[in-house]
Amino acid sequence: MVEEIGKTAEGDLIINVGPQHPATHGVLHLIITLNGETIKKVEPHLGYIHRSIEKMCESLTYRQFIYTTSRMDYLSAHINNHACALTVEKGLGIEIPARAQVIRVLMDELTRIASHELWWGAMAMDLGAFTPFFHAFRERETINDIMEETCGARLTMNYMVPGGVMIDLHPNFQNRVKNFLTLYKRKIHEYDELVTGNIIFQNRMKGVGVLSKEAAISFGVTGPAARGSGVSCDVRKLYPYEIYNSLEFDEILETEGDSFARYMVRLREMNESIKIIEQLIDNIPEGDFQAKTKAVLKLPKGEYYQRVETARGELGVYIVSEGGTTPYRIKFRSPGFSNLSCLDHITRGGKIGDLIASMGTLDLVIPDIDR
Amino acid sequence: MSNEELKTIISEILSKASFEETGEWLNIGLEAADWKESAQKLRNFASMPFNFLFCLTCIDWKTHFTMVYHLRSTTTLDNIVVKVKLDREKPEIITVSDIWRGAELFEREVYDLFGVIFLEHPDLRRLLLTDDWVGYPLRKDYEDPINMIKL
Repeated sequence: MVEEIGKTAEGDLIINVGPQHPATHGVLHLIITLNGETIKKVEPHLGYIHRSIEKMCESLTYRQFIYTTSRMDYLSAHINNHACALTVEKGLGIEIPARAQVIRVLMDELTRIASHELWWGAMAMDLGAFTPFFHAFRERETINDIMEETCGARLTMNYMVPGGVMIDLHPNFQNRVKNFLTLYKRKIHEYDELVTGNIIFQNRMKGVGVLSKEAAISFGVTGPAARGSGVSCDVRKLYPYEIYNSLEFDEILETEGDSFARYMVRLREMNESIKIIEQLIDNIPEGDFQAKTKAVLKLPKGEYYQRVETARGELGVYIVSEGGTTPYRIKFRSPGFSNLSCLDHITRGGKIGDLIASMGTLDLVIPDIDR
Repeated sequence: MSNEELKTIISEILSKASFEETGEWLNIGLEAADWKESAQKLRNFASMPFNFLFCLTCIDWKTHFTMVYHLRSTTTLDNIVVKVKLDREKPEIITVSDIWRGAELFEREVYDLFGVIFLEHPDLRRLLLTDDWVGYPLRKDYEDPINMIKL
């Protein structure tokens, strides 16, 4: 856990958290300067899982590069694939069949719930409560089973392709999703009873890791982390893609900006996703699940940018094309990367015991940061 | 707001800017020497402060580098793209991490992978690669016989 203990010239203690630490959920390494128990500086040390996905994509075709993006934010694999597919479709001007659009949104929202479930369980575990993890996994497993049946994989689905989705829905899909909705609604009150209302939990979250609205904008923080500070930044609302502008759901905003606000945003966001799924599950149009596309895709010379709302925030895919079959340059603006940049700001001056609560509510996924 | 309207407004505050109509957003071309001043003007523009730097990256065009800054105003939700051309032999540009604080990590990443020097950056070190790494992997002429697999 602690690799090396050193002291600065001023007598401050320097400790390392990670790269292997249960609360960083991945190989994130934080170098922390401490004065007693007070944090003076948090410096993230990245690159332990850097695979240079951007460079790799330069030699992969527009059909192939999408698969590398499932390995970025592996908890939002569908949404990452979605962003890439949308960018390529934008460049080629492909119209997507209505059925594929609905399937994509359904999958995105199921992913969002699964991701928030995992976060909720892990968050409680970071703060010392082990039971919630099992409750979260009970629901999350149901979603993973649905994914497995239709996409053939539980985490890195690679289901969305330019033009639509790879294969049609499994015949059981609708029934299983409906079963999941019933299960979820029967169990969701347990989340509040078990964790949200717990006074010890609230004391550890409230007023901890406060991020002001101005700071959130300046640091480029997006997603639930920014919405906890009152920044309206839901891409689904601001720059609607696919069929989101025809759906009814609310953008969840809290104004406190502390860890508890970020916690509440995610918890309430799951209910919004449920709302979206309920609107769509009985209304999946018949028809093709994929538009007819050429075997070899060539994007016209130019630049294409597409953003989507992943479970963590705004993911941007920026493709520069020279007209060939592979991208000339590709950049993934990953939400975790920008969200991490505010960690030092929100923890500085606080106690080391609060670091985990602040970091946990930012919901960092390390492969998304390192890429 | 349409790109044409944005162009009129921005050409008033940035006299030296050149405009380009590629992609879906307004592209603004600037000289590296004017960047800091222009960035401050864009950030503090009263009716439409471009306060959200949502993407910062670099492109290697083999003859030169282009720094690309994607900006958006959280008040009006308008997006613009600022492009600054850099000399490939001596890629240097002033940092904007004091204007948009999120730029600090983005700039470190670009330094790490492209070797662009950000002047007056508070902490310009390699971010993803190890400190003793030789070369800048995202440059087009980068060769690494050990770690790179050519397809």
